[in-house]
Amino acid sequence: MKGYLGDVVTLTVKDLRLEFRARDTLPAMALFVLSTMTIFHFALPSGSADEAALGLLWIAILFTALLGLTRTYAPEREQSMFDGLLLSPVDRSAIWLAKTLAALVFLAAVELVALLAFWLFFAHVGWSLLAAVALADIGLCAVGALVAAMATASRSRELILPLLLLPLTIPVIVGAVGASVTDEPGKYLAFLAMYDAIFSLIAWATFEYVVAE
Amino acid sequence: MKKLAAPLDNAVGLALLATVLIGVATALTFFYAPVDQDGLNQKIFYFHVPIALTAYATFGWGAWKALVHLWKKKPGADLESYVAIHLGTIFGSLTLITGAIWAKLRWGHWWLWGEKELVLFLVIFLFYCTYFMLRYSIEAGPRRANISAVYALFGVVLIPVSFLAIRLAENYIHPIAFNKNGPQMAGSQFGTFLVCLAAMFALAGALYRLELLGKRLDTKLRELRELVLS
Repeated sequence: MKGYLGDVVTLTVKDLRLEFRARDTLPAMALFVLSTMTIFHFALPSGSADEAALGLLWIAILFTALLGLTRTYAPEREQSMFDGLLLSPVDRSAIWLAKTLAALVFLAAVELVALLAFWLFFAHVGWSLLAAVALADIGLCAVGALVAAMATASRSRELILPLLLLPLTIPVIVGAVGASVTDEPGKYLAFLAMYDAIFSLIAWATFEYVVAE
Repeated sequence: MKKLAAPLDNAVGLALLATVLIGVATALTFFYAPVDQDGLNQKIFYFHVPIALTAYATFGWGAWKALVHLWKKKPGADLESYVAIHLGTIFGSLTLITGAIWAKLRWGHWWLWGEKELVLFLVIFLFYCTYFMLRYSIEAGPRRANISAVYALFGVVLIPVSFLAIRLAENYIHPIAFNKNGPQMAGSQFGTFLVCLAAMFALAGALYRLELLGKRLDTKLRELRELVLS
């Protein structure tokens, strides 16, 4: 495969292979989401509605995504490979797209565990929730891969990433929770799709400036 | 010298204009505009809303300068964008404070999640506070300018998207919306409002010029010092 898409696939596969060999991030994310769910059991008094559990599920997903996103550029940073990546003859935005896709794969894998646990521990998992998870993941990872690159340039890397990401993801949480708890998830899912489209486009267009010297 | 003096005149002129306009606006608010059916507490409207609109305008201006920086690579645009966002954050905090005072007087609570504009301001305020943390944790240089500019651009997109999100969230958080649309503003009220808006814009313009002047002077002084020391 050649061209832009070929570059994206190569870079994504590189990140997945690195994770497959080192197993740094995925087990940590899975364990984190399970521990969070256990905490939620004790945070919800008896008689709490399923809606409350659904709301907490979204907090768990957001924080797990955050945990994974702090590691987005860790392989490059630890091996000092970022300059090499920038010097390679690929479009800069292809790097962002590859990081987004890799983060999406990690998050989706962990969510399999999370949703299974949620179904076992708390409540029924419906189709609208699954659709919301899929759409929210795209937005979270697209914006996350960009702000994580910003955070690597900052002195306070791990500290600043949540601050950068949380205000930007409030609309995602609104769309996702709305789609999970209301009877008419359609408009919330449409809103999530709109968010994904808008923010992916800006992130794709501006990533070059974030990494360029 | 002349080049340096020109913006100073501008800042002084704007500051004078702002002083006069704020005086007139205050007088109009208290002596000309009729007392609304909500009572005296409605007077804060003449300051709260213009301050909020000024904050939006400065955030928009900051994003525009950020775009100019990324697009045209114009030197100085980064600083202008920063100063605009700095002012926007100040006006944003004032919006939150005046909004809280109004909410307390009118509904008896300092904070109401049902007030959509106030909630939107909270989100934006959090977003732009991080702008400063981000900016000051990156070493000064072209990379910092670029990252700040990209973040500022995300801000102007986040404002309408968050607005829509907060409206959507009302459906499952706050089904009973507050009805703020009372009777239409009377002519005298609208006139007062416009003068107040002009006053706040003039104030923001004066502060913008002044801060830019200070920052530029600072940079020049630093360059001069390095020149003398080397």
